[in-house]
Amino acid sequence: MTDLSLQAPSGLSAAAEARASKLRSFRIKDGAFRNITLASALLVLAILGGVILALVIGSALAFSTFGFDFFVTQAWNPVTEKFGALSPIYGTLVTSLIAMLIAVPLGLGIAIFLTELCPPVLRRPIGVAIELLAGIPSIIYGIWGLFVFAPLLQETVQPFLISVFGHVPVLSTLFAGPPYGIGIMTAGFILAIMVLPFITSISRDVFETVPPVLKEAAYGVGCTRWEVVRQIVIPFTRVGLVGGVMLGLGRALGETMAVTFVIGNAHKISGSILAPGTTISASIANEFTEAVGDLYTSSLIALGLILFIITFIVLSIARLMLMRLDKKAGV
Amino acid sequence: MKPFRFLAIAAAAALMATPALAIDISGAGATFPYPVYAKWAEAYKKETGNGLNYQSIGSGGGIKQIQAKTVTFGATDAPLKGEQLEKDGLVQFPMVMGGIVPVVNIEGVEPGKLVLDGPTLGKIFLGEIKTWDDAAIKKLNSGLTLPSTAIAIVHRSDGSGTTFNFTNYLSKVSPEWKDKVGSATAVEWPTGLGGKGNEGVANYVAQTKGAIGYVEYAYAKQNKLSHAALVNKDGKTVQPVTASFQAAAKNADWSSTPGFGVILTDEPGAESWPITAATFILIHKQPQDPAAATEALKFFAWAYKGGAQMAETLDYIPMPEKVVADVQKVWAKDIKGADGKALYSLSN
Repeated sequence: MTDLSLQAPSGLSAAAEARASKLRSFRIKDGAFRNITLASALLVLAILGGVILALVIGSALAFSTFGFDFFVTQAWNPVTEKFGALSPIYGTLVTSLIAMLIAVPLGLGIAIFLTELCPPVLRRPIGVAIELLAGIPSIIYGIWGLFVFAPLLQETVQPFLISVFGHVPVLSTLFAGPPYGIGIMTAGFILAIMVLPFITSISRDVFETVPPVLKEAAYGVGCTRWEVVRQIVIPFTRVGLVGGVMLGLGRALGETMAVTFVIGNAHKISGSILAPGTTISASIANEFTEAVGDLYTSSLIALGLILFIITFIVLSIARLMLMRLDKKAGV
Repeated sequence: MKPFRFLAIAAAAALMATPALAIDISGAGATFPYPVYAKWAEAYKKETGNGLNYQSIGSGGGIKQIQAKTVTFGATDAPLKGEQLEKDGLVQFPMVMGGIVPVVNIEGVEPGKLVLDGPTLGKIFLGEIKTWDDAAIKKLNSGLTLPSTAIAIVHRSDGSGTTFNFTNYLSKVSPEWKDKVGSATAVEWPTGLGGKGNEGVANYVAQTKGAIGYVEYAYAKQNKLSHAALVNKDGKTVQPVTASFQAAAKNADWSSTPGFGVILTDEPGAESWPITAATFILIHKQPQDPAAATEALKFFAWAYKGGAQMAETLDYIPMPEKVVADVQKVWAKDIKGADGKALYSLSN
């Protein structure tokens, strides 16, 4: 049934007329609100589309010149204008991998401690400290990494790694070379610290959504804390967890300034994670301002497009993983 | 509502009034001369009321902006070639100079004591000389005890005029370098670490034992880095000081190079520091906005004359007077308004 007053036939009382006009204005406002929100949502799509388009157009020259070789060549020679993206791609993936290897267990550990084990007095200070880490600008991490963290690694951790793993096959290549202090590993460490707050605070938030009754039931049948976390908390929150990890990974892949400071910026692929390398975003940040010549600029934009695609693939894999997890769980 | 209306009117009035009061000269380009341009601009504004808006976006960006005519002048560290200037209708002239200095971190070696020559420097940066006690280095430094520390090469990771001049020098003195690496604002380094900016290189060198890098003279001086002396074209060992940079500029052949595009590396002369560099200004022969261009030229003339000392306090090297006179002759001859009249006259 439609509201009689909406039809507002003439001859109704003044009060009803007023009511009808009020409702009309509500309808108009509601429509306007709907359209504004719709426009905002479409704007995101337009921006995304625009960015992709700009990257594709900008990188066309590089791709048409080098073809598929661009992805598999390591050379990056501005003098002869031979460019290949392999070493920045490698650096981006390896630094992010190191960061995730450290930050995921650490972040989950902190989140579990905060939600399950932490005395209430400590809960707030630790939580706030973690969130403050997220608020530090990346350039500060870069400067700190360069002036404080890198010398520390150079004098302590790296010589230790070299001496311990120096004679172990495989690992000796991984930890080879003079300890510069800066390099792939340092960049990975800095990234780990930078993504830690994302992973921690999201995991903590999702852990708190676990209904107490589930946990209490588990404790009731004699589960240990570890079993409760392993069998109840983590399965219940896995979607949120993967989301948090992916958010962290997204930041690690794209992080620019902090990495640029500590990675050593060498367009080389080295077996050792102590050696200098470069990432996609660090290369762009370093070289874009003084990139002379169309092909050079275009190659840098092509790197940007590749980073975009890598991020896209990572997010897709995350989605896929979640879908398979859901299927397995029969949800 | 009333106060708002008043404010709006006041703001509009202010907006309309400003252009009449002062002219802002806009420029963009090289990062290397930015500190001195900024200092000049501040002093010039105090004196004349005219401001300079200089964006240090890099030489490549400066060239693009002046080609697109979005700025009154562009600035570049690597000079454009004669035919390029001709094609774009640009006038190019040097504004100020600086020196590039190899800096080292070797235990027990005091600043300025280590001597290197071009070919040896080339071999070090090619990665062929790997330790400091190599015979080639020992031969040049008979009085020093050199450790067997491994050499760590530090270079710029960002494209830079500093790199352009440094690699240009190496290409001149080492055929192998020219062959394998070449010279540009960014090159494919055979080995080593990349630091971002002069400060990045300075920092890596200061932190890494056995490191060698190259920075602007000002950075080496301000960070108290240990610099190396170089053997110049005449076979003399020189220290990086203002006098040796100026000697290199004096001995250069400015007048017969189109656009004054002299690259001051490996210059002859007993006193000349072998890696000196000028930074250049680009301005259109027929500027779109002659009034702004006239103001820009006035500013440059003022900077040549009154800015020399300010440049020196920042460890830049002023241009020799003869070069300045030649530059100003070119202004008077080549830079013209739409009516064909010169925008700069030598009398002022």
